[in-house]
Amino acid sequence: MKVDLRNPNIVMKLSKLGSFHQSKLSFLRSFLKEFKDWEYKRDLFELNEFGHGIAVYSFKKNNRVYSLICFANELAENDRSDRVIATKWDAAFTLYDGIPTKKDIERLKNEVPKQEVGRLSYKELTLSRANKSVRVFNHVVESLSEGRQPDIKLLSNVGYLYRTTAVYGSGKFGLADRFRIKDRKEIYGPFRLEMMLVYLVRQFTFDQVNHVAKNKNPKKAINLDPEICRNLGIGNSTGLGMAPFIVNHPTLLNNWVMAREIVLKKIREIKKIKKKDSDLFKNYLKKSIKNITSWNTDSEYQQKKIRSLLKDLNNFIIFLEKKFDFSCEFAFNKIYLWLEKNTDDECIEYVVSMMMEPYDSIVSPLINKMSSDEEKYFNIPTNRTINELKEILENKYSKILKIDFSKKENNQNFWFISKNKEEPRLANRFEEQGSKLEQPLAIARDIKKLYETLSVSKNSTTIDRFLIKNAHLRHVVRRAFIVEKFPYSEIQDNTIGKSIVPIDMLRLKLSFFGALKFDPRSDKWLRICMFQGAPLPEQLKNYDDGWVYN
Amino acid sequence: MKSLSEIDTVSKRASKASGFDWGIAEEVGKNIRLLEMFGMPGIKNLNYYYRIRNKKNFEKIKLISNENKAIKFEYCPIIAGVSFLDQIRSLEIFNEIKFKKIAFPLLFLPFVSRASEVIGRKLYLKIDNRNFLLNYNNSIYTNFLSDGIVTVGNNVLVKFLENLDSFEENEWKELYKLSEDTFVEENDSLKQGGAGAGLTDND
Repeated sequence: MKVDLRNPNIVMKLSKLGSFHQSKLSFLRSFLKEFKDWEYKRDLFELNEFGHGIAVYSFKKNNRVYSLICFANELAENDRSDRVIATKWDAAFTLYDGIPTKKDIERLKNEVPKQEVGRLSYKELTLSRANKSVRVFNHVVESLSEGRQPDIKLLSNVGYLYRTTAVYGSGKFGLADRFRIKDRKEIYGPFRLEMMLVYLVRQFTFDQVNHVAKNKNPKKAINLDPEICRNLGIGNSTGLGMAPFIVNHPTLLNNWVMAREIVLKKIREIKKIKKKDSDLFKNYLKKSIKNITSWNTDSEYQQKKIRSLLKDLNNFIIFLEKKFDFSCEFAFNKIYLWLEKNTDDECIEYVVSMMMEPYDSIVSPLINKMSSDEEKYFNIPTNRTINELKEILENKYSKILKIDFSKKENNQNFWFISKNKEEPRLANRFEEQGSKLEQPLAIARDIKKLYETLSVSKNSTTIDRFLIKNAHLRHVVRRAFIVEKFPYSEIQDNTIGKSIVPIDMLRLKLSFFGALKFDPRSDKWLRICMFQGAPLPEQLKNYDDGWVYN
Repeated sequence: MKSLSEIDTVSKRASKASGFDWGIAEEVGKNIRLLEMFGMPGIKNLNYYYRIRNKKNFEKIKLISNENKAIKFEYCPIIAGVSFLDQIRSLEIFNEIKFKKIAFPLLFLPFVSRASEVIGRKLYLKIDNRNFLLNYNNSIYTNFLSDGIVTVGNNVLVKFLENLDSFEENEWKELYKLSEDTFVEENDSLKQGGAGAGLTDND
């Protein structure tokens, strides 16, 4: 039986993309898999009694070494902020390409803590900073220094000792450009070095908390139990900076979603499901409920989604146990069709992620195809005709062409770059100033404009002639030809409408990162936790890939 | 040192701020990145051009022909470049294309380099006494090694080169003969036992 890939007009709706969950394709999981055989080492640990100083951690294989350099600094209470406007942090980090010399560390000591206003070099690959969860960190120090383990309930409620507020890569602030390292096989998957940085930062937070406790009470202090460490991750506060990323990198977005869609299609096409595979699916599915019930958020929007997910999942499990027989042909296809009929997007996408768990052989080959050589698709094929372009728009943007942009609610917002922090922001066009400097992120509106202009142009005219008179539409002409080749490269929604929920865009990206629980703090930023439950570096060699559900 | 990603982003934004549409600003970002990657003074020339662009008039050539003469002012290198790149397939019918007076012609160069990749042909670009051989946007061979600003190209010529060998047939034969010294002379036994492609196949 042949199953079609899902329709991009449905999959690429923001409400659908905002319902994606982590899976075997997620970058933090593929990072662990790739680096499990690398030699992990703590190379330097020079902290004072308060935990301030420098530490270096590395992963090494053959002649390749990646080193995380950590700078932990004293931070006054009133300087601690997760907002992007902050200028000081508890700790700052960079991932160095190779083994840093003393001279490198001296140079970086002056630059890394400054973050956006510091200058990095091509030898540095990623950059980040993080703040303590002071309440949790101090509690752990107090407990350990008194010779007892901390309150597990408090720790599991928060989930981390530190949270990062930004992780930068790919040429930002002088960091190495992607092209310098893109041929290294170990980093074929997207964001792999960003994942490495976060993973090693997590280990630093454990070492630091142990160190401070030990200094506080050398005779009595004990180390944080490795099992407790394993259940802690790294928090992350994420704002709108991430949202335009998925609009600005269409071929990359396509490759992420396409990988997911191909995996789903192949699983639905399996005629006979092996018992061990259906057992693993059911086992992980049941275990994963724990992740949902321990999902804490004050956001009403997210709470509603969680309630709906739990209700649907409970119904699905009853269906699986009482009415479903895995020995039937194309069992996963039947399950998928049942889900589409009986549950909401949140549950459908949750189970799609779970279906991947037994199928390493299907998932693994696709992981390396999730990067993109974007430059290759930049040139516009100007010898094509208006008629051809019109057909592309009618086929690929059918829903978008129906939006009426003369209505105020469909044109309400605009995206801009803040002068203060060079970060993307969203504002009301009719209430705020600045819409003249709008970023080219209103793709739906501009595609509609393009279609209207094409409709009054001669069909046989070639694009080079069309662009002579319509240079203002050049950016969307380029996109349309990209979408022709990459069906999942475009969000099929209005990104400037009144009803836009920007965190749907963030959730899409974070699900591919591998975040488990999303905690929206408003409609424009959210907190997540990464690597919670993941093996510690010493456990990597023989880790269980199902750690997400343990 | 600035990364190429920073160079791309800043050039794109500066181009938009200078009055170009986003789609053209995107082209400029990629072009300046390309120039800097090839070791040419992209940022310097773009910065200087934008400094004077609002004070001086430049002609915007939209439709390129084989002879293009700016009537009153110098050509804007960016509009000339975009038009050249967009129309490259229809321009191939000419052996060469001439421009009189392109302002800041180094900003025009990356469009020609990219056009070489689009049509799969080497292009020769001459800007007054400066020569550039553009190889499918993979490399640039030039006698221009200055890192300075070139404010105008009075006579600019683009020549479409045939994809011809850069060597004589006898030179090829000589080298081929030498390469044969890596082959094994087959005796009858080897001929019978050997399988697969003959010696003339690519290896």
